[in-house]
Amino acid sequence: MAVDSSPLPRPRRAPAVIESEVFAMIVWIFAEVMMFAGFLSAYNLVGARAPAGWWPPPGDPILPWAPTAGASVALVFSAALVVWGGFRPLHERRALGIAVPLGAVFVVYQIVEFARLLSVGFTLQSSAGGGFFFTIVGAHALHAIAGLGALAWVAARRGNVTEGLAKAIRLYWYFVVLLWPVIYAVIYGPSISPGLPALAI
Amino acid sequence: MAESHAHDAHAHDHHEEGWFKKYFWSTDHKMIAKQYLLTGMLLGAVGAYFAYVFRMQLAFPNKPVPGYGLVTGADYNALITNHGAVMIFWVAMPVLIAAFGNFLIPLMIGCDDMVFPRLNRLSYQIFLVSAIVLGASFLVEGGAFGGAWTAYPPLSAKAEYNLTPLGPSLWLIAVALEFVAFLLGGINFVTTAMNSRAPGMKAFDIPMAVWMIVIASILFMASVGPLIAGAFMLLFDQLLGTGFFDPDRGGDPVLWQHLFWFFGHPEVYVVLLPALGFVAEIITTFSRKKLFAYKTVLYTTIGTGVLSFFVWAHHQFIAGIDPRMANVFTVTTVLISIPIAEMCFVYIATLYGGSIRFAVPMLWALAFIAEFLVGGVTGIYLGASGADIYFHDTYFVVAHFHYTFFPIAIIGTFSGVTYWYPKMFGRHMNELWNKVHFWITIVGFNGIFIPLFMLGASGDHRRIFDYSNFPELATPELQQLRVFATVSLLVMLAIQPVFLINFFYSMFKGKKAEANPWNANTLEWQCPSPPPHGNFAVLPEVYRGPYEFSAPDRADDFWPQNSPT
Repeated sequence: MAVDSSPLPRPRRAPAVIESEVFAMIVWIFAEVMMFAGFLSAYNLVGARAPAGWWPPPGDPILPWAPTAGASVALVFSAALVVWGGFRPLHERRALGIAVPLGAVFVVYQIVEFARLLSVGFTLQSSAGGGFFFTIVGAHALHAIAGLGALAWVAARRGNVTEGLAKAIRLYWYFVVLLWPVIYAVIYGPSISPGLPALAI
Repeated sequence: MAESHAHDAHAHDHHEEGWFKKYFWSTDHKMIAKQYLLTGMLLGAVGAYFAYVFRMQLAFPNKPVPGYGLVTGADYNALITNHGAVMIFWVAMPVLIAAFGNFLIPLMIGCDDMVFPRLNRLSYQIFLVSAIVLGASFLVEGGAFGGAWTAYPPLSAKAEYNLTPLGPSLWLIAVALEFVAFLLGGINFVTTAMNSRAPGMKAFDIPMAVWMIVIASILFMASVGPLIAGAFMLLFDQLLGTGFFDPDRGGDPVLWQHLFWFFGHPEVYVVLLPALGFVAEIITTFSRKKLFAYKTVLYTTIGTGVLSFFVWAHHQFIAGIDPRMANVFTVTTVLISIPIAEMCFVYIATLYGGSIRFAVPMLWALAFIAEFLVGGVTGIYLGASGADIYFHDTYFVVAHFHYTFFPIAIIGTFSGVTYWYPKMFGRHMNELWNKVHFWITIVGFNGIFIPLFMLGASGDHRRIFDYSNFPELATPELQQLRVFATVSLLVMLAIQPVFLINFFYSMFKGKKAEANPWNANTLEWQCPSPPPHGNFAVLPEVYRGPYEFSAPDRADDFWPQNSPT
């Protein structure tokens, strides 16, 4: 906490083990993890309770798992760059300058993918499968956009952002990136080999 | 946010603030606590009014209710639904967690404010908006949502079933906003308790009320995620035409019940734990004894919290779940009564051999233990899947959960308000009128719900608005019990203005309170009443645990946490 001009005598406090911003972000991520766990469990539960042959719902397309995996590489590289920049404060701005566009590549790819799937009639309304796909992947994309915005803000205001807050934002980006493989495995996994049962989490 | 903290907490010390800034835009944790408390009390009156209207309809069917008029079936459903939702989400949560959490955590751990004061202010503002959205749902075409506070689809998902196109969506949006408010608040509570404790305050020196609020906040944050996911899915089903809960399109209506109760059951403990914390503070202070088995209480609480995530399907025994799963959830449900029973025994053991003073907060605290015990014991009947098949959806269930929620939300709140009132407002409430209010409230409460146990055991189904179409339930014997319950409710409601007048009158005209009127140990009593901006003249250091009463070698029978000797 910043020291101010308060005239009151203050006893010394031991420095916090974890900065408040980082701790708050951990708690927030915990709640977010539970939300996505709810989404993914719901997806698995509906699949598990469906009568044989009805999941994924007939008419749902096979998801474009290969190009999505390609775009995911960009996401992973952006996280790696943020980690690297976190260790080298002098180069952090440059690292973020590459990491944010890399993350943006992933988001733009997803927008294109959404448009293509919508054009073949796979929509929020077409089946429960479509609803789950767009809700879960879309929720992750919104998180990615928020994380990229926050990283860009840190890069733009370098020096004016407290270290705790910058750390918290980096942590949030790691969460967004690490969440993606889990979502990919559950949502895209069955499309890789449609004969296999949905991956249970 | 750290910069804003230092700024907000101190920059305004030295000049007068405007009315708006002081009462509406404040970042001071005590002001936000009072905002939450008063909003919660106002909404509590609204929830009580709903209960009055539908209880009158049940006791005197199809006669105009004074102050409302004729109750239609749709009105009845909307009133029941919103009575439940308001009392849990807009009364119990804001008062027990948000109001007391905000007021007590910084004072009890000896710091000047929350870690993120502006986030705290935002939390209350979002909460206020959520209450307004809920109110707005009464004004739309078709009226407010009437599909029970559990909002099971397909009733909640399709306007052709619930006959109110916007009611359910507004209701869901209100609930979702309220969750956002408490997420922000909860993050603040946990972070503040983690990082702002007074020097010397180690884990086992933290007062139980703070522990309980922190653990409750963690439980809330761990359980609310799946419900937020479910709320989005239900909202999409309502507004965008998705098919998550629609079997025709591969969805599953039981899925909502899982997502809802995965949150819904821990939620009981989210509101229970703060009340248990207040009771711990009050019982130790008014029996002048150390809390019996502090660490046991703490570990038990954590254990209860973990276990509460494995009991949810006991709400779904007859929803078509696999009977083998019902067996598992019967076992976990019956198991969770062990830590709660242990907690009651610990409090009784704290009383044993104490120098007990029946001050008003103590009366409420003892009533909490007695009444909550009834709720806990009747829960065992419902947790056993065999018995539940008979009791399900009868008034037995209603009586059971009111014997848990009334002690939590009403008795717990009254115990906390009467105990900390001198600290909040710097004045005492009138003790005699508080005692009158206590006895009539407690007798009235039991008068409402004991008949409902009897009704439920006789098979009285709970979702019927007019029994005249059900001759086997419209017998004079059962109707007498319904009338008795309603009259008890009227008696209980009639005494509440006495408390309210006492509350507001004492704020200005009550006897002035000193800093430590109850001779308690915890840090909030070591600063002036009411605490000024910044709370402590000198931020305290802590030398011992919170419950060092009646130490043998001391002249005083209490030993404040911050006293060096």
